[in-house]
Amino acid sequence: MLVDIEDGAVSNVQLRIYEPPRFFEAFLVGRAYTEPADITARICGICPVAYQMSACLALEDACGVRVEGPLHDLRRLLYCGEWIESHTLHVHLLHAPDFLGFDGAIDLAQAHRAEVERGLELKKIGNEIVEVIGGRAIHPVNVRLGGFYRLPTRKERRDLRERVLRAIDLATEVVAWVGGFDFPELTHDHEMVALVDPDRYGVMDGRVISDRGLDVDAAGFGAAIAEEQVPWSTALQAHLLERGNYLVGPMARLALGYGNLLPPAREAAQAVGLGPDTRNPFRSIVTRAVETLHACVEALEILDGWEEPEAPAVPVEPRAGEGHGVTEAPRGLLYHRYVLDEDGTILEVQITPPTSQNQATIEHDLFHLVERSLDLDDLTLQHLAEQAIRNYDPCISCATHFLDMEVRRR
Amino acid sequence: MVNRPSLAVWKFASCDGCQLTLLDCEDELLAVAEAVDIAYFLEATRAAAEGPYDVSIVEGSVTTPDDLARIQQVRAVSRTLVTIGACATAGGIQALRNFADVREYAAIVYADPRYVATLDRSTPISAHVPVDLELRGCPIDKGQLLEMIGALLAGRAPDLPRYPVCIECKQAGNPCVLVADGAPCLGPVTAAGCGALCPRYQRACFGCFGPSEQPDTASLIDALVALGHPPEEIHRLFRTFNAGSPPFEEAAVSVEPPRRSEVTP
Repeated sequence: MLVDIEDGAVSNVQLRIYEPPRFFEAFLVGRAYTEPADITARICGICPVAYQMSACLALEDACGVRVEGPLHDLRRLLYCGEWIESHTLHVHLLHAPDFLGFDGAIDLAQAHRAEVERGLELKKIGNEIVEVIGGRAIHPVNVRLGGFYRLPTRKERRDLRERVLRAIDLATEVVAWVGGFDFPELTHDHEMVALVDPDRYGVMDGRVISDRGLDVDAAGFGAAIAEEQVPWSTALQAHLLERGNYLVGPMARLALGYGNLLPPAREAAQAVGLGPDTRNPFRSIVTRAVETLHACVEALEILDGWEEPEAPAVPVEPRAGEGHGVTEAPRGLLYHRYVLDEDGTILEVQITPPTSQNQATIEHDLFHLVERSLDLDDLTLQHLAEQAIRNYDPCISCATHFLDMEVRRR
Repeated sequence: MVNRPSLAVWKFASCDGCQLTLLDCEDELLAVAEAVDIAYFLEATRAAAEGPYDVSIVEGSVTTPDDLARIQQVRAVSRTLVTIGACATAGGIQALRNFADVREYAAIVYADPRYVATLDRSTPISAHVPVDLELRGCPIDKGQLLEMIGALLAGRAPDLPRYPVCIECKQAGNPCVLVADGAPCLGPVTAAGCGALCPRYQRACFGCFGPSEQPDTASLIDALVALGHPPEEIHRLFRTFNAGSPPFEEAAVSVEPPRRSEVTP
């Protein structure tokens, strides 16, 4: 991260993401339409299900297929597992240590062993959902176009239900715990964009809505995104045409979908004073805890209402065309677009991950934070900046303790 | 606790999934953190102790000029160096660039590829420095990771079989998807380690753990051709997460489909 200070005022903040490029959008060209579900999972080991789901929706859209009913519900259940696992990892192992003054989870566990153990137990249940439904916690093997290779057995569902009941109790405690942290003051004024469905909290359904009037489907969202390369980062920066930078992720979902939180999650949010108008990015840790509880309750609802379909997948035959898919990864909107030829060979790919959408927004927050904190020494400022970056749970999570901050004072 | 060995975890080009496997050992993580001194692990802590380290775990492949130098530094400060996952042991999915023009790839993804520092090839760590132990998989297996850590703490050799995953599949009592369904299964040439996961989910193995010892890819290719699988499908089967491992690279080349421009009408 580079901060330029001229005559006592911040003139420039650059977040330099140096993740080595891996060229997924290039090497997928020429592959079969059945392959992105497995291959794009490898973009992120922490949110592979998000990549699988956005890929499946986009490719099914290209082939004119909509997966509905119990197969769609099973996908949502799988996605609940990923939200629980990813959010809980971030809340406990990455973000909570910032608030409580520790370098990391291992040190946190020395002083707050019970809370860390509770977090690990909850994270494990999220992983178990992904393992039972997806076959493997990291890079699940059971996802395919049209649905799954194999459906969960009655016994697997019954055992999972017991674990989910336990997860609801744990997640409720976690909301109360993080709700009691002290939050640095910061108010953002970003346009917030999320998937909003009239009937339920946005994960895989609905339209892409903003708090300032954007209202489009997946194809319309793709058409509204402009991706820009900046010389200081290997991650492309996305902005919305004629609208500018915007915010995706838990804060946007909560603001736009608050009324669709399932009652136990909404009540837990209210109990810690988290309302739909929360605009302090540091309170995103509470939002993640509330969304975790919501995902646990939704998992229970799906398990209780699920009826086994006739087949684990519906057929998806190739045809020439273009398809779009957008879903809510734990860290925000993930958009995929594919162009296929008539035999299903991939001709074009576009993948817009949440972090490239939030990158300009993070820089914006850092600018204001640094501006207000110029009296801090560089090390304290660096820790505060790291904590602010973690508000967005960027997909550079390997690099979440990465900050090599250069302050140039002139 | 005296003389706890120090552990460092390093990342090169990768998805983070293999180092996440360590954090996914929910039941064992805090015990591991007591048995070893986690001295450098950016996914879990900002505290970074100076080396040298008793054990370094390396995830990811070498793909940038900076990383060529960095892997030498990591080796220099590490007594034992362990590579984890398909990226670190075979170059990963990003090694597909090795069979293409990386400049063309960069031009597809970036408007101005000049700013993108990248090497022509994605290579495993062992192509650059001596490696003491390798854990295969995309991602690695939690059980193998804990076996490796336990073996290092006890000063013994870890039990990491390289026989084909078919052995695990038979032990699990799965019907053979290749024989019964004619599915394009890489099991007969893929190393064990995952517990024969895919056949348990009624799908064919797609080679996450890379080649087994002495893999007979030629016989497998003959069998797949006899079952009616087209050459381009078989070619792609070997060109995924372990495409850069020599036996899979050779197998893919042996069924290289004709380029469209070379097909005469």
